Amino acid sequence: MTDCLIYDAVRTPRGRGKKDGSLHEVTALELATQTLRAIKSRNQLDTSAIDDVVLGCVDPVGEAGGDIARAAVINADYDECVAGVQINRFCASGLDAANFATSQIMAGQQQMAIGGGVESMSRVGLGASGGAWPMDPQIAIKSYFVPQGISADLIATKYGYSRDDVDAYAVESQKRADTAWKDGRFDNSVITIKDINGLTILDHDEHRRPETTMQTLGQLKASFADMGDFAGFNAVAIQRYPEIETLNHVHHPGNSSGIVDGAAAVLLGNAEAGKKAGLKPRARIKSFANIGSEPCIMLTGPIEVSRKALAHAGMTTGDIDLYEINEAFASVVLHTMQQLDIGHDKVNVNGGAIAMGHPLGATGAMLLGTLIDELERRDLECGLVTLCIGAGMGTATIIERV
Amino acid sequence: MTYKNFTLDIDADAIALVTWDMPGRSMNVMTPESFGELAELVEKVAEDDAIKGCVITSGKDTFSGGADISMLAGFLKTYEENLKKGDEVAAVQELHDTGNILSKLARRIETCGTPFVAALNGTTMGGAFELALGCHYRISIRDKSIKMGLPESRIGLLPGGGGTQRVARLIGAQDALQMMLQGRTYDPIRAKGMKLIHALADSREEMILEAKKWINDGGKAVAPWDMDGFRIPGGLVYSKAGVMTWSAGNAIYRRETYDNYPAARAIMSCVYEGLQVPMDVGLRIEARYFTSLMRGDVARNMIRTLFLSMQELKKGARRPADVPEYKVKKLGILGAGMMGAGVAFVSAHAGMEVVLLDQSAQAAERGKAHSETLLDKAISRGRATPEKKQALLDNITPTDDYDLLEGCDLIIEAVFENRDIKAEVTKKAEAQISNTAVFGSNTSTLPITGLAKASTRPENFIGIHFFSPVDRMALVEIIMGEKTSPETLAKTLDYVRAIRKTPIVVNDSRGFYTSRVVSTYIDEGLTMLSEGIPAAMVENVGRMAGMPIGPLSLNDEVSLDLAHKIATAARKDLGDKYIEVPRDIILDEMVVKRDRLGRKNARGFYDYPEKGKKHLWPDLHTILPDTVNPDTIDVDELKHRFWTIQALETARCFEESVLTDVRDADVGAILGWGFAPFTGGPLSYIDTMGAEAFVARCQSLEKTHGIRFKPSALLKEMAANGETFYSRFNPKPDDRVA
Repeated sequence: MTDCLIYDAVRTPRGRGKKDGSLHEVTALELATQTLRAIKSRNQLDTSAIDDVVLGCVDPVGEAGGDIARAAVINADYDECVAGVQINRFCASGLDAANFATSQIMAGQQQMAIGGGVESMSRVGLGASGGAWPMDPQIAIKSYFVPQGISADLIATKYGYSRDDVDAYAVESQKRADTAWKDGRFDNSVITIKDINGLTILDHDEHRRPETTMQTLGQLKASFADMGDFAGFNAVAIQRYPEIETLNHVHHPGNSSGIVDGAAAVLLGNAEAGKKAGLKPRARIKSFANIGSEPCIMLTGPIEVSRKALAHAGMTTGDIDLYEINEAFASVVLHTMQQLDIGHDKVNVNGGAIAMGHPLGATGAMLLGTLIDELERRDLECGLVTLCIGAGMGTATIIERV
Repeated sequence: MTYKNFTLDIDADAIALVTWDMPGRSMNVMTPESFGELAELVEKVAEDDAIKGCVITSGKDTFSGGADISMLAGFLKTYEENLKKGDEVAAVQELHDTGNILSKLARRIETCGTPFVAALNGTTMGGAFELALGCHYRISIRDKSIKMGLPESRIGLLPGGGGTQRVARLIGAQDALQMMLQGRTYDPIRAKGMKLIHALADSREEMILEAKKWINDGGKAVAPWDMDGFRIPGGLVYSKAGVMTWSAGNAIYRRETYDNYPAARAIMSCVYEGLQVPMDVGLRIEARYFTSLMRGDVARNMIRTLFLSMQELKKGARRPADVPEYKVKKLGILGAGMMGAGVAFVSAHAGMEVVLLDQSAQAAERGKAHSETLLDKAISRGRATPEKKQALLDNITPTDDYDLLEGCDLIIEAVFENRDIKAEVTKKAEAQISNTAVFGSNTSTLPITGLAKASTRPENFIGIHFFSPVDRMALVEIIMGEKTSPETLAKTLDYVRAIRKTPIVVNDSRGFYTSRVVSTYIDEGLTMLSEGIPAAMVENVGRMAGMPIGPLSLNDEVSLDLAHKIATAARKDLGDKYIEVPRDIILDEMVVKRDRLGRKNARGFYDYPEKGKKHLWPDLHTILPDTVNPDTIDVDELKHRFWTIQALETARCFEESVLTDVRDADVGAILGWGFAPFTGGPLSYIDTMGAEAFVARCQSLEKTHGIRFKPSALLKEMAANGETFYSRFNPKPDDRVA
């Protein structure tokens, strides 16, 4: 099988995903366009060498609808021979976009491709694309549908993570992200979003609250308690996990991933195509995997999918130097670390989505870039990226530096 | 052309008045015959260009009760016979086509081009209300005693005459779902407020005039949803509001039904799918779901038990026929505790003169006060008036004087569950009453034959077991002692009928039928606890199995010391033969060592804080073995244990002749202790899976969980012969679905 190498990775800064967010004025198309332009210019790329651009997007409707990848390719002035496709695996879309591109390269059917993702949560809106899963009685009832926040609280309840546990994790995420930003650890990957005149719109992750403490978090009200009660979701979770008497609602905006806007792109290719383009590979994709998991608790996929990806690569957790486990909710990361028996010192060392935000379709590709940067900075070998996914799935990718 | 069930009058304005008035019936229902005539009438009106419009009303006090349930049962019988012929597709198709006729007729009315008005002079239920929904205008009378609605889901069906589609388009998905899932009914004022009907009149005459006026004024023969630009109230399914409605609606459905009720689920799907397509397509979707429910076990079982059998029992199916009707004018109640007070209320409510007797006048007064409390509550809810309250209270005489019992037609004894006390009050009361009066004991556990020994006329002695709270629980379990005469039974059933409760008749045994079987549910829960199943899981799975409350909650309600007392007595009686069960150890710990008696001292398996909800006692685990990892527990097996142990005990009751009628078994289980109603009762549960499969399940559970699951000889015999309870013991062999 052909090796797939990572040549470059860029991401936008993450803008607050609300009307007052800095990127609210920037279209989803423009976010994706600027990452593609950055890939092109940073690598002085002849874009006709690119076979395909695969972009993840979770709510591909309205301006993000149709096939935003092809629109971005054209808008970024790539050669018109470059194809584009949008995929959706909910929260892991950005990572799986890279994995889809990797598959084609490993299979020898493509030489060079881009995987990435885009989400303008402020402009398109979370859940804007609808879908049968929460709505159609046939599937919603069968799959014990509950919103993600209820699932996160269910994990906390079932596995015994207290409000203090999840808050402490969140404080640490903020602290790590702050250190990383101050230390310039994201400088290599984060591009500046500029306006049509070249003026800066956003150059940093604006969702962060580095001043966060246990006390400030302690004042926040649990987000899913009322909804769980009135809308019947607690009862659904309990019917799926009848060992639980009452749900312990511990998650709130301070220990859950932030709603933000952003995009990312990862340049992938085989050795020959890289050489032809005069590029130096930074890492190799060792393995990747997808799984389905129990949809009601929903967010436990990272555990099994990491094991699956490790097995593909013939590795164990001991072989992994650093992990990026998406901080969808604090309980998800705590539970994954516990189940995989890995220390917090190896996980999300520069913070994560609790501090910086989770632009759904883009996050996976962002984490891939963050991981490569940090492996290089620490001069380590292997890393694993994984994300929990709506409706109970998991995606993981293992990389090693070359 | 004349019609048997309708009259047709065409007035000078060329408006047809169709009056539904079935001969020999107190209420109009949709039978194949009445339905056929109505369809003909609709065609006649629709085809005749000279007819300007049509008003449909009824010649009875009510408009119509909807489809005749026996007709539906007939469809099912035909379906099952067709299935036996081997062509399943043909059988399903025929059921689909016949089950669909009302939907087609309502749509024909709606689209025929002639304006139709439903003039609902009285209560209009189910299929009849759906017929009205097909009319272009609905008018009723300002009278709160009239009820209208779609109660089909209560017997496992959906409103299959277009109800799911029209109601959702009239009032929006959210309100429509609430109305149909709960099978709620409304008075005309409320129905108008909800926009289910268009107008109200003050009298029947005015209603007809108004109906005709609407037609004369140019009322359009087009439904709103057939017009361009129609918008669904509450918005599209896929809209912001729709997301809230449906994601929460699906969860609330599960919370309320534990996904045990296919009809409720089908109603959800009909509305969800139907609102995304035009009316005709929505009706096709609804019809498919309706057929699927008709084919399913749940509807058949619920119709049989909760409609047909219940009605038969209420009408006196178990009453010996040759005894003249007995009217209880004066009733004596011994013991003014919770049960006695409740019996006093329901009896006084039925117009009887009640003597409520207790050891002291004060205690008797307290018993009477219970009625006052209930009536005050009813008044505050607009369901009673101060005059009614006074009249009812005037019927109750509280006393400590046995002399006042003179002339009572019936005595109901409701004192402590103690043989000596019961014997004493029996003697004292019998001294005051005539030789023909009935003496009933409201014991829930003590065998009647034994209690009757204190009586000088044991043939007049009978068990009348009420359920708590008496005013709300519909069931009365009548227990025949060895010597109880058929005449006494007939008289007692006449009393139960007078207080409008549903009777079942059982023979004497410890715990009779209901207490005996429900105790197996509690015991199974305690056994699970002793196996290390988490307490919350025991409780949740009990409810998921369709029981109204978990076994531990139930034990808390009836009190743990009572359970402990019964076990201790049994231990004493049996001596060495007593087999220690896990329950004994738990009850010993709870009652003797920890003084945890249940709700009565606010400490049982649950804690009952003064403020806030009850919750499981946090230290319960300290008296239990280590908890099993819940992920390794087979929840379905726990459910099967709950169902199987109760069904098996019911079968044993049948085998021991404690039960003699399948209707008593199934109706009693659902009304008495809330046994999973969707099963149609414990015997229907066995029949549905088949005796062979049930025996196999018992045997497998016996292997893993012990002798209590050993299938009985009768069950094995039925399994070998391929019999069902409703075939072998069919009380009405000719006209019901086995």
